[in-house]
Amino acid sequence: MANTKVSQDTGDLKLDRVSKYYGDFCAVDDLSLLVPDGSFFALLGPSGCGKTTTLRMIAGLEEPSAGTISIGSSDITTQKSYRRNVNTVFQNYALFPHLTIFENIAFGLRRRGLKDVKSEVESALNLVELAHLADRKPNQLSGGQQQRIAVARAIVNRPEVLLLDEPLGALDLKLRRQMQIELKRIQTEVGITFIHVTHDQEEAMTMADTIAVMNNGKIEQMGSATDLYESPKTAFVANFLGQCNLIKGKIASKSGDKALVTAKGLTFEVPLSRVATSNESVFIGVRPEKLRLDDNGVNSIKNCVVTDRSFVGTSTQYIVRAPWDLELVVFEQNDEGLHDLRVGDTVSLEWDSEHTFALDGAQDINAGADLDDEE
Amino acid sequence: MAFLHGVATGHSQVKNALKGRSLTPYLLLAPGLIWLITFFIIPIFSLASTSTMVRPDGAQVGVYVQELRFANYVDAFLINKDQYLRSFIYAALATLVALAIAYPLAYAIAFKSGKYRNILLVLVIAPFFTSFLLRTIAWTQILADQGPVVSAIKVLPFIDDLFRINNTSTAVVIGLAYNFLPFMTLPLYASLERIDPRTLEAAGDLYANGLTTFRKVTLPLSMPGVVAGTLLTFIPAAGDYVNAAILGNPSTKMIGNVIESRFFAVVDYPTAAALSFTLMATILILVSLYIRKSGTDELV
Repeated sequence: MANTKVSQDTGDLKLDRVSKYYGDFCAVDDLSLLVPDGSFFALLGPSGCGKTTTLRMIAGLEEPSAGTISIGSSDITTQKSYRRNVNTVFQNYALFPHLTIFENIAFGLRRRGLKDVKSEVESALNLVELAHLADRKPNQLSGGQQQRIAVARAIVNRPEVLLLDEPLGALDLKLRRQMQIELKRIQTEVGITFIHVTHDQEEAMTMADTIAVMNNGKIEQMGSATDLYESPKTAFVANFLGQCNLIKGKIASKSGDKALVTAKGLTFEVPLSRVATSNESVFIGVRPEKLRLDDNGVNSIKNCVVTDRSFVGTSTQYIVRAPWDLELVVFEQNDEGLHDLRVGDTVSLEWDSEHTFALDGAQDINAGADLDDEE
Repeated sequence: MAFLHGVATGHSQVKNALKGRSLTPYLLLAPGLIWLITFFIIPIFSLASTSTMVRPDGAQVGVYVQELRFANYVDAFLINKDQYLRSFIYAALATLVALAIAYPLAYAIAFKSGKYRNILLVLVIAPFFTSFLLRTIAWTQILADQGPVVSAIKVLPFIDDLFRINNTSTAVVIGLAYNFLPFMTLPLYASLERIDPRTLEAAGDLYANGLTTFRKVTLPLSMPGVVAGTLLTFIPAAGDYVNAAILGNPSTKMIGNVIESRFFAVVDYPTAAALSFTLMATILILVSLYIRKSGTDELV
């Protein structure tokens, strides 16, 4: 599938202070972004956070109100979408209903007047393992098959950047998991930069090398899935990726590589490297699976009461009320150490200092919570 | 026991539903079927039978007897072949004019009208609130010799003083195109409106510029509307006689005018019936050829 006509001067995709306004509404707010060539990059955020608008500006379907977009050394900010070497996999696939699968995939190649359309299309069909469907029309295919054809139709053009707009949104859960692995395989195989827009945090974490979490037209935090999950820098990121326990407190002292935070008369230890703010008022954060139902750890809360428990197979999830007005979520692995507590039991909670992080306490403690199911 | 009782009544309910269902479709079809039989099937046979009748020597005007004279068709066609040809040419020209006007209109309403969409659609149908005859007569004013259109054209240096539009074939074609414009516009709008704008974006994304996107995506996807619109314009236009009667002259007569005068002025029923049948058959053949050629059966 080597493509000689398009220059191989590939490069990093760069968004420099890009904004997009619709009237007074600011969809994308002074956003800067660098996507390294060949990476699998995810734009993650709740609906309305500006991720799709960002994608459409990269595709050339919207023009930025301010800022520049470039690939490698060429500025593409105002270039028409049909001149850009960027292809998109649309949310509803947007296959051409009047053309066969073969012609759908050949569409981009034919527009550029390339030779050898047949073998290019065939190898794209082989890549998505649907060569036997070449003569069908899109409406004769299942959702998952249409999705793969949409990928093939874009990828056959060997774009410098492939944009995926919630490509798995219309598929059921099982198929979605399967397609996540499939897309990851295809990306590794072709080595094109993928930019994947999604509101599904699990999808972003499974697939992408780098995730940018977006909220209100801005990037909240960018990094690998592990970075974002283990060391969130904002309450939004902490709550949006997985579940998180946040406890309001104050930094009492900093010594060596540790900070001591007090909350309701208790003292908690946080590694200084995991304190994401210079404010005195903070939220201490700890993930539910890091909490243990014991009382000999560095950080612990005694005299808590179990208010809810649910068994979910690999773990049991407890909701535990601290002695003050605070509910904490605890995941306990279902193995030998199982406590098998009942609602109303009194327990103590403990966790390690290195699993604790501290965020700026001036934020909304519920930012980003319960948003990921919105459509 | 309550459980068993429930099962039993449930069963008989299903049975009743099935019995009811078997009659319902026929009852629903009945009014339409009766209508069709009374006002289409019977008249068709009556017309077919009339078309081969002969007026016996010395019989009164309007009295005909069945003699299965199929030569009626040949005679009727040979006498009126100019009007036949003219009907199809005028109808084809009017269809083209209507298509040229309706396509951009429907496209604009479907893709560019925003909040004015519904108002524009009402405006497309608004002329129907006035009678067909009245609207056609209005065109005699618009195209009148001293009217605005002719005066404006006469300003051009190479147009001579005797130039007129009224009572010419141009006027007939204009009238036909105008009168059937909504029948062209609405199916076009319906098929354009159904196009997912994201397929047009996808075409742009796949290196097609505006014109190519139109040629390769918009136009093929709107073909069902083009076919439906052209048929809904061409068929009634080919059989129309009002426009030729009001806007034309004796040498622009269409086959509809001949049929009308054979029926009502000359009282020559067999010829009129034969002409009607020939017109119907020709249209059927042309339409089926057209549909096959345009290859849109699976898109319709």
